[in-house]
Amino acid sequence: MANHKLQPDNWVDLYADYLFNYAVSRVSDAEIAKDLVQETFFAGLNSAKNFKGDAAERTWLVSILKRKVIDHYRKINSKKGKAEVHINYSSDSEAEGDWLEQQVADPFSKDGDNILENEELGSAIQDCISKLPQKQALAFKLKTIQGMGTEDICNELDINPSNLWVMIHRARTSLMGCLNENWF
Amino acid sequence: MKISCKDASCICDKSQYKEASFLDIVKLRFHLLYCKVCRGYSKKNGELTSLCDRAGLTMLSEDDKKKMKRELEEKL
Repeated sequence: MANHKLQPDNWVDLYADYLFNYAVSRVSDAEIAKDLVQETFFAGLNSAKNFKGDAAERTWLVSILKRKVIDHYRKINSKKGKAEVHINYSSDSEAEGDWLEQQVADPFSKDGDNILENEELGSAIQDCISKLPQKQALAFKLKTIQGMGTEDICNELDINPSNLWVMIHRARTSLMGCLNENWF
Repeated sequence: MKISCKDASCICDKSQYKEASFLDIVKLRFHLLYCKVCRGYSKKNGELTSLCDRAGLTMLSEDDKKKMKRELEEKL
């Protein structure tokens, strides 16, 4: 197996978005997620000497981020009083008189499945995006995720609109190929 | 009225971001009537758009990334 080396200079460009998505889907707060990603980079830097090179750089960073997410939940749950849970059998007056069985979550609801599936889908797309050439990936992300206008992107990347559309086209074609096996 | 497949795919890409004009879309529709390859592309393109919407992707802004980079460089 190839020996992997750490290149902290490129971390932000290569992995920040991927890690950010990972964190957001777990803590559902952009600010906290951002801090966790930053902490992950710092922790990675500090323990770089422990990196044995038998995992890819990104996998290694994700494993650090996982710990950070767990620590985050530990921290917010350690405050006193939080452990006290009050259950009212009926919190809103409308449900009063209903059987208890009717007040629990619907076991046939597909919501949970959907959330899980969308999370998987998100990381599959991120995976495919990270395989694109960097400039193409940036153009695609600015357009699709941030929804920036064509003109703004052209100014930012210093290209003309037809260049941009060619890049978008190539990115979309590659993504279709990449996602093809599992998601179409 | 007739357009090439290259133009058709370009209009199709633009329409994914709601940036194709009405006339362009009419041209594209007409093209799709007789071009099977572009029909396939158009269908997949639409699916890709809905997949991206469904996944709820997010990204960090350039400013955030710059800030991260700066802080990381200080530690290096």
